[in-house]
Amino acid sequence: MVKAGILALCTGAALALAMDAAAAVTPVDLLKGYEASARQDAASFAGFSAERGRAFFQSTHGNEWSCASCHTQDPAASGRHARTSKTIAPLAPAANPERFTSAAEAEKWFKRNCNHVLGRACTAQEKGDVLAYLMQATPGGTR
Amino acid sequence: MNAFTSRAPVRHALAVVCMVVASTPGHAGSGSRTPPDPEFLAECGSCHVPYPARLLSAASWRTVMNNLDRHFGTDASIDAATAATIRAYLEANAGAGRKVSADPTLVRVTQSPRFLRKHHGIAASVLDGEKVKGVANCGACHASAPGGRFSDHDAHIPR
Repeated sequence: MVKAGILALCTGAALALAMDAAAAVTPVDLLKGYEASARQDAASFAGFSAERGRAFFQSTHGNEWSCASCHTQDPAASGRHARTSKTIAPLAPAANPERFTSAAEAEKWFKRNCNHVLGRACTAQEKGDVLAYLMQATPGGTR
Repeated sequence: MNAFTSRAPVRHALAVVCMVVASTPGHAGSGSRTPPDPEFLAECGSCHVPYPARLLSAASWRTVMNNLDRHFGTDASIDAATAATIRAYLEANAGAGRKVSADPTLVRVTQSPRFLRKHHGIAASVLDGEKVKGVANCGACHASAPGGRFSDHDAHIPR
């Protein structure tokens, strides 16, 4: 029993260390990064749009799933994985401060989920639009 | 970075204690096992419960890890360093012998011999019902599933 307790502590400590080691950023930092990339992609870049991000988030893009299929129509609410039923913590930073605090984590999920939902990588413009939408979503707020 | 450096001795001491404790054999029959790798828990556990490594053979886990970009209909790819850590954990803790399938293409833990034997007799209507929501939703019955622990003792089928 003692060993089990110590091991449980160790697992928690290792998780904390792993999270600590990742460079902490803010959603605003990430948005600036996507803005720089979007400017490089297109000289005509004219800023991000939360409204465009909302439409993107809710569209199935001609395929089976949308972002909202798992994350629901309200990004400040918990979602549910459409296949495994696992609860997904809210995406909106206002509802879940852990979201968009690691560039590597954000890129990992954009890569996976854009590939799944759209069948391709998302552009910096699309990522920025979605992030702008998520950043203005508040718990219990209007969508 | 200062905070990281100044806490390094504590981290090292902690790491040594953890390695010593983890490498000490557990008492027979106590159910002690190497605790699941933290990266395995965090990454694999982000979409589904972290399935017990012992349900598949090392060869089956290699098949899983070699195809993460096409993982049961979705892209679950991860960076090479994390993948290497998880691969090593899964292969070291994989099942062997007659408890697992010898077929390396069998990658669904819910079709492994041990899983089928353990869940034999639970009606499909219960597993697929509104409360369990499918056989992959381990946490519906196994309270400790999110931590990678599955025991008959804390399993409770909601009906």
